[in-house]
Amino acid sequence: MIHSLFLVNATGDIFLEKHWKSVVSRSVCDYFFEAQERATEPENIPPVIPTPHHYLISVLRHRIYFVAVIQSEVPPLFVIEFLHRVVDTFQDYFGVCTEAAIKDNVVVVYELLEEMLDNGFPLATESNILKELIKPPTILRTVVNTITGSTNVGEQLPTGQLSVVPWRRTGVKYTNNEAYFDVVEEIDAIIDKSGSTITAEIQGVIDACVKLTGMPDLTLSFMNPRLLDDVSFHPCVRFKRWEAERILSFIPPDGNFRLLSYHVSSQNLVAIPVYVKHNITFREGSSQGRFDLTLGPKQTMGKAVESVLVSSQLPRGVLNTSLNPSQGTYTFDPVTKLLSWDVGKINPQKLPSLKGTMSLQAGASKPDENPTINIQFKIQQLAISGLKVNRLDMYGEKYKPFKGIKYMTKAGKFQVRT
Amino acid sequence: MSANSLAYSEQSGAEAAVELGQETTPTSSAGGAAFGLFSTDFKKNEDLKEMLESTKESLKLEAMKRVVGLIARGKNASELFPAVVKNVASKNIELKKLVYVYLVRYAEEQQDLALLSISTFQRALKDPNQLIRASALRVLSSIRVPIIVPIMMLAIKEAATDLSPYVRKTAAHAIQKLYSLDPDQKEHLVEVIEKLLKDKSTLVAGSVVMAFEEVCPERIDLIHKNYRKLCNLLMDVEEWGQVVIINMLTRYARTQFVSPWRQDGVFEENSEKAFYDSDEEKKEGAAQTKPYVMDPDHRLLLRNTKPLLQSRNTAVVMSVAQLYWHLAPKHEVSVVTKSLVRLLRSHREVQYVVLQNIATMSIQRKGMFEPFMKSFYVRSTDATHIKTLKLEILTNLANEANISTILREFQTYVKSQDKAFAAATIQAIGRCATNISEITDACLNGLVLLLSNRDETVVAESVVVIKKLLQTQPSQHSDIIKHMAKLRVPVPMARASILWLIGEYCEHVPRIAPDVLRKMAKTFTSEEDIVKLQTVNLAAKLYLTNSKQTKLLTQYILNLGKYDQNYDIRDRTRFIRQLIVPNEKSGALSKYARRILLAPKPAPVLQSAFKDRDRFQLGTLSHTLNSKATGYLELSDWPDVAPDQSVRNVEVVEAVRINTRSDCYYKKRLCSHSYLVFCSRSDEGQKNGRLEKSGSGSGSASASSEESSSAESSSESGSDSDSGTDQKRNTKPKPIKKVRDVIHVVHCFCLSRLFPVQVSSPVFVPVRPHELLHRMTGKGLAAQYHFPRQPCIYGDHMVSVQLTFNNHGDHALEDIHISEKTSTGQSIHCFRPIGESGSAAVLGRTCSKTERFSVSIQPAVGELLLPVTMTEQDFSREQGKLVGMNESSATITMAPETVSSQPVSKKVVSVANVGVVPSGQDNVHRFAAKLVSSGTLVLVCVVQKDSSAQLTVNTERTVVGSMLLRELQTALSSAP
Repeated sequence: MIHSLFLVNATGDIFLEKHWKSVVSRSVCDYFFEAQERATEPENIPPVIPTPHHYLISVLRHRIYFVAVIQSEVPPLFVIEFLHRVVDTFQDYFGVCTEAAIKDNVVVVYELLEEMLDNGFPLATESNILKELIKPPTILRTVVNTITGSTNVGEQLPTGQLSVVPWRRTGVKYTNNEAYFDVVEEIDAIIDKSGSTITAEIQGVIDACVKLTGMPDLTLSFMNPRLLDDVSFHPCVRFKRWEAERILSFIPPDGNFRLLSYHVSSQNLVAIPVYVKHNITFREGSSQGRFDLTLGPKQTMGKAVESVLVSSQLPRGVLNTSLNPSQGTYTFDPVTKLLSWDVGKINPQKLPSLKGTMSLQAGASKPDENPTINIQFKIQQLAISGLKVNRLDMYGEKYKPFKGIKYMTKAGKFQVRT
Repeated sequence: MSANSLAYSEQSGAEAAVELGQETTPTSSAGGAAFGLFSTDFKKNEDLKEMLESTKESLKLEAMKRVVGLIARGKNASELFPAVVKNVASKNIELKKLVYVYLVRYAEEQQDLALLSISTFQRALKDPNQLIRASALRVLSSIRVPIIVPIMMLAIKEAATDLSPYVRKTAAHAIQKLYSLDPDQKEHLVEVIEKLLKDKSTLVAGSVVMAFEEVCPERIDLIHKNYRKLCNLLMDVEEWGQVVIINMLTRYARTQFVSPWRQDGVFEENSEKAFYDSDEEKKEGAAQTKPYVMDPDHRLLLRNTKPLLQSRNTAVVMSVAQLYWHLAPKHEVSVVTKSLVRLLRSHREVQYVVLQNIATMSIQRKGMFEPFMKSFYVRSTDATHIKTLKLEILTNLANEANISTILREFQTYVKSQDKAFAAATIQAIGRCATNISEITDACLNGLVLLLSNRDETVVAESVVVIKKLLQTQPSQHSDIIKHMAKLRVPVPMARASILWLIGEYCEHVPRIAPDVLRKMAKTFTSEEDIVKLQTVNLAAKLYLTNSKQTKLLTQYILNLGKYDQNYDIRDRTRFIRQLIVPNEKSGALSKYARRILLAPKPAPVLQSAFKDRDRFQLGTLSHTLNSKATGYLELSDWPDVAPDQSVRNVEVVEAVRINTRSDCYYKKRLCSHSYLVFCSRSDEGQKNGRLEKSGSGSGSASASSEESSSAESSSESGSDSDSGTDQKRNTKPKPIKKVRDVIHVVHCFCLSRLFPVQVSSPVFVPVRPHELLHRMTGKGLAAQYHFPRQPCIYGDHMVSVQLTFNNHGDHALEDIHISEKTSTGQSIHCFRPIGESGSAAVLGRTCSKTERFSVSIQPAVGELLLPVTMTEQDFSREQGKLVGMNESSATITMAPETVSSQPVSKKVVSVANVGVVPSGQDNVHRFAAKLVSSGTLVLVCVVQKDSSAQLTVNTERTVVGSMLLRELQTALSSAP
């Protein structure tokens, strides 16, 4: 399956290599570099590149390319999914997944990669198991290790690997037993010029942070499970029970995990929480363009729209902008032509606006297309689909856990065409 | 250089110390380390050697960490081999692991030295700790030294029979490694694979199938006996294994089952009709022509893979999708749509692969993705290759109904700043226009408008597409051609296209064509080759149709072409001259010049780039690349006649059964607190098996407490699917008696275990009805149920449930029935639809004419019993057998009224359907019963002491025992 892995940074240096079978020369990456040169944007490198003897499957995350070398037929998604899992694991272990973090922890990285694949076939990818095999580096542990000479490699086979609950380690103990669930919904929408919605859908996830002693068995039920149209579960969720009763019943992994991701059925009308009034015009012949943008709340169920960030890729002809935000700060990068405006919170009484002029290249003709506006925002304590958790029960353990549920709505890919 | 190294050797001590200090803190800068490496590669290795040979563990570890750092950066550390290999037997686990990493990396280069380490591994293979055994095998098999092949072979064979499934899994991985090292061992390895394929552990399944795929994918016969087991285990295998197993089973199924598509007809594949037709119609049609019955094993595979569409692993979802695409009847494939569309939310790379597969699917089956058209709308932030793929799919989905929406969307894309994408959009519009004749004119007009666009790529692309469109149309668009003739596009391809168009349709634009030629003649020398060629063509065509005006011009151009630098152009010029200009030398051809040059040309077919991708199995690397990758296994065509089905039957071996049971005992112990254990016997067994395994514990059990009684039975049938399926076949629905307003609905469980006790008649207790459907929720229809405690007339292992229906509404209800689907998977003996009645009946999921209600019956555990009689001696004897785990007891405080004997037994029988055992003592009450489903004995004993009482329940079914105990406890301690 996966023959070798090369980590390449943005400047095209290989800074880590790992081989699971015989060694493949790093010159194989030249094909990748070729593709990198051809691509105008870093995202445009094709994920699968054939070379005469190998195939390169790459993933770009945190400005690092993870290039896997494949020798024979394998489902490409298998490799891609695995590479993303590797990145997630690194992030879990080191907090961030950057070149520096990987270089600093090269031994742990190597130990992890060694455990995650055997002969190129995934062996242990569950974070709970890996953490038992290889303890994540913490400052305290590093200090202890240098003094006592102890190691951060576990000595026992993780029980999870063999038990019937492979995602949970045994013998978990906490003094404060807590279970937190975050219901996060994202609105993906395309709004057209006139403000009408072309497409809008809600995608949601329930992320959990469960710190409970022993082997708790949780059930989570919803007030309105019918809203959930298409769901995908963490392996711990009992599918049958969901099918029958629309109840999530599961023995949770220890720590943070994504319990569920769902899609809200498209029949439901999606409430769009913000509207944009825009007037962006370029006049033929003149080297000036007008830019006028006003944001306002709409269908927010009385909640405040926060952390609003507006960004837009202005046409290439725009040299500079002189704009005046009524609140927040704006920046314009004359090289990438990226305009971004950090609005903050929308005050319904005093709507935030950004007005002013854009200076265009003299003599250049007016751009054909008006820029698309991307909006990010957050609304706390609201799940825009109306999804509500009914109750959370715990069985199998005697103590009373502390339970918390948080709702949040965010903008996903929220675009306004102008 | 020598001076340099000298200088370093003086400092070496200090530097080593510095290096050490840096490495131990995780924040040490990588730059510093790299500097050290470049300057003192040689020196550093020297001191590493020293450190490795020191006696201090911490120094060794430090050195190894640095060595691993070297390996990670791709630096050569092979010369340290002797020093490193000495540490292979170290006690320190981390050190050992790092040495393993090193060994695996360099053993191939230093084969002789590597042999030194072998004995250590051989010893470790016998270690009592499974982790050590496994890791020894892992490293041993990763060392690519041909001499040790026999040792590896031996180790693999031994590990394949290891008690620990983890070690067996490692053995499965080792098989592949040995095979790649020495393919001659195939024969022996296949034997091991055959053995491991029989393994029942979910841990092993994925790895051994992987080994099978790598070593002997052609030995499909090895799968037969394990097919059903693999299908049933699938849900519990780890996600990576699932992908491999599903792909293998797809191939397997294509060789073993007949095509489920035959009924659709060969040519209907593309037709929408086949898709939209309701299932009933299709079935009728099939029945008339040729009855197709799906092999139950085929069905088993489809059913067991379906829940995996909900996996969080995108590779699993994709593999199930391709399985459905390649194996499922056409009308069932659409279940995968939603899940595939969901994957589009994932990472960019995932989107890329999924979109490619959707593109292929959408060519054949528009209907599948049409409802999700909007999910393929392009966002300005998408990467270019994602945009192009989305465009491809939108074009595939276009039909008469949605074309206006799609075109409106395309209009936005044409204006995109990403010009490559805009050009692709224009091509897409062209394709839509040729496919859907109604909009051709509109598209053509739109494209003509684009000709005035400022961007030359857009204009060029429009010209090219217009040329193709005009060709497909009867040439009535002379005004468009005129318009184009006036264009000044600098892009060669576009200019060439315009010239070709004018030449081809010069008869429609007789006045403009010569003028264009005149202009081209002026600029001929500075044009691109492709434009020159078309100019020559245009000249030739005009010469033939309008020689009066263009004769001189043509001569001029031909002369220019004669001396062109490009030999193609010179060639073409010479050829054209001979062809059109009559002279004495010209042969017979010139007579036909007109027919040659002005022959009607077939219109080009604009089709998807994904047209022929379906020759590859979906989801594969080959499909993504559109070329055959190394090791791609062709998906075979369906066989005409199904091969023998019986090859998949497995004789049940007794020993196996014992295994499963102990397994299941283990599972139970792990979750001994669980009350709710879903189950079912047969087909659904595996899905439930998963639930059961993870040990659920919920008191809110609805409709399922009774299943706990057959939990064991289900796990038996689950892990041994054959008996399960057989049982399923045996339980055919039987007709149901209708007694006015009361209908019997029966839950049944088949599993006979005979018990030598006499069944007695139940003690009469007042009827306790439970609400099934409230009249408000039921829109006038109300239903109640109670357990009549009558032996069931349909089966020995069923519990009768009596339903009473009342119609509170003001209109008659008709045709009330239970829909077959029961949520929890137990079988329900359905009653016939109730024709017309003032009141009527429901269970499971109930449909009245327009309404459908979900209801559930929640039986108390006490109702799942059948009273038995026995003597006091028998009772104590049986009780003696059922101690330990099988006994659950509690002390209760009884309400004062219940102290006398009469109410105690009354209360007990009111809760549970038990028989009273005659008792010698006044303060001891004994009751006996057996479980209806399995016949397991349940003994209840109440010993009264003043106002408190000791309550004991003995039964093999601990779950039933504890639930019964709880119910009795509440009943007895409450006032009557």
